[in-house]
Amino acid sequence: MKALLIAEYRQGKLLDSTYELVAFAKELGAETAMVLVGSAADAPKFEGRLYLADAAKYGEYNPDLHKKLVLAAVAKENPDYIVFIHSSYGWDLAPRVAASLRTGQVSEVVALVDGKFEVTCCNAKMRRSVAAKGTTTVVTIQAGAFSLQGEPQGSPQVEALELAETAAKVEFVGYEAAEQKEVDLTRAEVIVSAGRGVGKKENVPVIAELARALGGELGASRPVVDAGWAPHSHQVGTTGQTVSPKLYIACGISGAIQHLAGMKKADFIVAINKDKDAPIGEIADVLVVADVMQFVPAMTARCAR
Amino acid sequence: MKILVCIKQVPDMESRFKLNSDGTWYDETDLAFRMNEYDEYAVEQAVQLKEQLGGEPEITVLSIGPDRVVEAMKKALAMGADRGVHIQDPKYYQKDPWQIASAIARHAASQNYDLVFTGMQSQDRGSAQVGVTVAEILGFACATTLVGFSYDNGVITAKRELEGGTKGVAKLKLPAVVTCQLGLNTPRYPTLPNIMKAKKKEIAVQPIAELLQEEELTATARMYPPARKGGGIVIEGDVKDQIEKLFGILKEKTTVLRAA
Ligand SMILES: Cc1cc2nc3c(=O)[nH]c(=O)nc-3n(C[C@H](O)[C@H](O)[C@H](O)COP(=O)(O)OP(=O)(O)OC[C@H]3O[C@@H](n4cnc5c(N)ncnc54)[C@H](O)[C@@H]3O)c2cc1C
Ligand SMILES: Nc1ncnc2c1ncn2[C@@H]1O[C@H](COP(=O)(O)O)[C@@H](O)[C@H]1O
Repeated sequence: MKALLIAEYRQGKLLDSTYELVAFAKELGAETAMVLVGSAADAPKFEGRLYLADAAKYGEYNPDLHKKLVLAAVAKENPDYIVFIHSSYGWDLAPRVAASLRTGQVSEVVALVDGKFEVTCCNAKMRRSVAAKGTTTVVTIQAGAFSLQGEPQGSPQVEALELAETAAKVEFVGYEAAEQKEVDLTRAEVIVSAGRGVGKKENVPVIAELARALGGELGASRPVVDAGWAPHSHQVGTTGQTVSPKLYIACGISGAIQHLAGMKKADFIVAINKDKDAPIGEIADVLVVADVMQFVPAMTARCAR
Repeated sequence: MKILVCIKQVPDMESRFKLNSDGTWYDETDLAFRMNEYDEYAVEQAVQLKEQLGGEPEITVLSIGPDRVVEAMKKALAMGADRGVHIQDPKYYQKDPWQIASAIARHAASQNYDLVFTGMQSQDRGSAQVGVTVAEILGFACATTLVGFSYDNGVITAKRELEGGTKGVAKLKLPAVVTCQLGLNTPRYPTLPNIMKAKKKEIAVQPIAELLQEEELTATARMYPPARKGGGIVIEGDVKDQIEKLFGILKEKTTVLRAA
C-alpha cells in the first residue's frame, strides 16, 4: 500500500502539518512518497521519495500547476491514497486532483476505523464512516487529528518535478498579513469567550464583564467577530488566535472544530450552553446547561462577593 | 453575464439529530431547515455583483434535494436572484459530492454561465468539494474560501482566507467558480415587497435522473454520534445552585479563584 502525501509550503517555509501527513500514512500502514512545491533548502524528513518542484517557479498558490505537478507524481507512484491536510491549501487542491483522476475524495478524516474513514458532519454533532470505491482515493485529514510520535526522521530521495507548460487560470497576487493584534490572548490566564448564543452585540459587554471579574480577557467565536460584535483580535480558532489559558469559559459557543482547534489546550474548560448536546460538551470539563444571559451576570455578581 | 448560485438546504445545527432507518443519514422528521449558512454569502455576493453591473446579470439559483428545498430557493429569490432550478432528489443524501457536482456541472454546461458561486462547505456534509469539482468538470478557473470579492471587466479579485488570519489575494478571469466563506459580506434580510415579488419568479423543476450519469465514488457506511470522551461534569438545574457548584469545582480544580 502506498500513500502520496502532499506537503504544504507557505511564505517561504515548509509547514509543520507536513508531519501530520506522515503520521497518517504510518497509521494507514502505507509506504510514503511526497510532493512538495517548495525548496530543497527546507525539505521534510521522512523515508521515501520526495517529488520536489520549485516554489519560485510554480508559486505557493497556483492550483492549476500544483494539480498538474501532483498528477505527474501520481503517474509515477500509482498510489492507493493521495493525502492532503484539510486546510486552505488542501481543500482547494484535493478536489481538482480527485476530479482529474475521476476518483473519490473523503474530506476531513479524523480517524481510521476498520479500514474506513471517520469524518465529522452536522457541525461535529455526528460522524460518518465513509468507504471509498475504486483503487485510488483522495483524502484530506483534519488539521491536528494525527500527530507524529517523536521527532521526524529520515532523508528522502529527491526527484525534481518539472512541467513543460506553465499556463494557469488563477494568478496569485500576494499575501495580506493578519491584522495587528490589540489584545494578546495567548498570554491571558483566563479567557471568557462570547459565541453566537449571546444573541446580540449589546450582550457582549456582559461577557466581557465576567472576563474582567476573573482578571481575564474577552475572547470570541468567529460569527461574533464577523458580525462586528467584537474585533478580530479577540477571535479564537484556526483563523484567529490559538490560546492555552488556565481557564477558558465558552459562553454560547457550539464547539465547531475550527473553534476547538484554538482553545482545546486550555487547562480547564467550562462551557455555558442551553443545548446539553452541544459538541463543546465533548471537551469541556464542566458543561453548565443554562441560558448565558441569565447565568453570566449572576456569575459575575458572585465573583464580586 | 449569467450567474449561477448553488444552494443547499440544511437542518438548523442546534437540532438534536436522530438516525434514519438505514442508519446512513439523519432522520428529517422534526428538523427545521434553512439555507446553508455559507450559501447565504454566495447569494448575497451574486446580488451585489448584479447591482454593481446595473442589474444586467441574470442570477439563477439551483438546489438539489427534496421538495422542502424550494423554501430556501424562495429566500434566495427574495434576496434578489432571478430564477430558480430545483433539481428534485428525495434521496440526495445517498449521492456523493462527485455525483452532486456532476449533476450541477451538467446543468451548467447547457446554460453557458459565466460565473458560479457556491458555499465553501455545506454545514451538514461539509465535504468542501462540490464547488471545486464543478469548476474542474467545466474547466473553469476556481478559487476557494473567499472573504473578499471584487469584479472589474471580466476579472475577479479574490481574497482567500488562510490559516491564522493571513489572506491570499488571487486574480481569475471568467468563466469562474468561487466558493464563499463566512464573513464575506452581510447577507440582506428579504423585505416584504421583495418576498411578494419573489412569489412570481419562476422555479423550474427537473428530476435528478435527467442530469445524473455518474456512479458514486464514495459511500457512507453509517452515521453515528461521536463517542463521548472526557467524562466532563454536566451541571443542570437552578442558576443559583449551578453557580455554587461551578465555584466549588473551580476552587478545587483551578488556581484562578484563589483570590476570590
Ligand atoms: C475555514 C474555516 C475557518 C473557521 N475559523 C474559525 C475560527 O477561527 N474561530 C471560530 O470560532 N470559528 C471558526 N469557523 C466557524 C466555525 O465553523 C463555526 O461556524 C463557529 O465556530 C460557530 O460559532 P458559535 O459557536 O459562536 O455559533 P453557533 O455554532 O451558532 O453556536 C451557538 C451556540 O450557542 C448556543 N446558544 C444559543 N442561545 C443560547 C443561550 N441563550 N444561552 C446559552 N447558549 C445558547 C447554541 O446551543 C449553540 O451551541 C471557521 C469555519 C471555517 C469553515
Ligand atoms: N444538494 C445541493 N444542492 C445545491 N448545491 C449544493 C448541494 N450540495 C452542495 N452544494 C453546494 O456546494 C457547496 C459545498 O458543499 P459540500 O461539498 O457538500 O461541502 C455548498 O455550499 C453548496 O453551495
